[in-house]
Amino acid sequence: MRRIAFALLACCSVAVAEERRSGLLDMRPEAQAMQRDDSMNPGMLWVLDGEALWGHKPNPAAQSCADCHGDAASSMRGVAARYPAFDAVQGAAIDLAGRIIQCRETRQGGAPLAREGQELLALTSFVAHQSRGLPIAPPNDAGMRAARAQGQSIYITRLGQLDLSCAQCHDDHAGGRLAGSVIPQGHPTGYPIYRLEWQRVGSLQRRLRGCMVGVRAEPFAYGSAEFIAIEAYLMERARGMEVETPAIRP
Amino acid sequence: MVASDAVVQSLTGSAGDPARGRAIVADRQKGFCLLCHSGPFPEEPLQGNLAPSLAGAGSRWNEGQLRLRLMDNKRVNPESIMPAYHRIEGLNRVGANWRDRPILSAAEIEDVLAFLMGLKAERAP
Repeated sequence: MRRIAFALLACCSVAVAEERRSGLLDMRPEAQAMQRDDSMNPGMLWVLDGEALWGHKPNPAAQSCADCHGDAASSMRGVAARYPAFDAVQGAAIDLAGRIIQCRETRQGGAPLAREGQELLALTSFVAHQSRGLPIAPPNDAGMRAARAQGQSIYITRLGQLDLSCAQCHDDHAGGRLAGSVIPQGHPTGYPIYRLEWQRVGSLQRRLRGCMVGVRAEPFAYGSAEFIAIEAYLMERARGMEVETPAIRP
Repeated sequence: MVASDAVVQSLTGSAGDPARGRAIVADRQKGFCLLCHSGPFPEEPLQGNLAPSLAGAGSRWNEGQLRLRLMDNKRVNPESIMPAYHRIEGLNRVGANWRDRPILSAAEIEDVLAFLMGLKAERAP
């Protein structure tokens, strides 16, 4: 009896895991191939740019990222899979890009990094790329619980003139077609992504803004607590899925 | 204004124009109906499959029922993903460009209604 129960349990947990699907698999085969081949993936240009910046001093007196963190292949491995994380100094959740901005301001003293600017996207891409292939593993600390709950609450709230929540499309109608496009499940597995529509790399927050503008809502600001909360919820929702950075998306 | 499940009176006091209505339905910035619905629009290649086809809409509903569903489908089905095309209250964080005005004006609602009421189900021979 117990063996049957275990078998059933194993069955069910596999079924649940299989229901989640990266947006990678919703793309046509050529776009999937582009992501999988580093020599064809345009997102790798941002990763390489970030690698150069990693060793670069933002001003002659400053330290480079590498001066403190050393070889990113080991020091940054797994980091992006754990972000957003709780920042004890701010007493709030912080996203990976926010942490890089903070490091630049407080420890390197260089010019501030702008959200969606080339330098920040390159550094974020490079750092996140060090986690490629690792399972998304959000921290279980108490500090992140409030952010996740806030993120989930926004996720299920209808927004904008079109009065749609994230959940209505990306949970209830994922796999359906909005005009010609398959609605993905909305897992943030590959950010920053190279989006074919943008013809450049952009952050999850830029992508979220796109959806908010699409439903005619007032978007949250870059780096806002709301966006970081949504990101924290989405990462929890994608727990265990593989980091793909730099992903390609339509 | 709402009688049971219908809005019987025209919002403008007159009948809409079906040709203008058709253009609104197909316009991806105006009615954007084809993002979710398919319909008899052979010239429009990218149509959604999230909602029933518009074909035959004029046979499924009478004019008053369809007017209500265009104005605010959530009056009939609170879980609907269809936007309320003629309601401004009860919305969250509406963008500055869109605040305090409905998606479609009263005249536009009547135009779309006139077009949809003309989409009759084909009768078996």
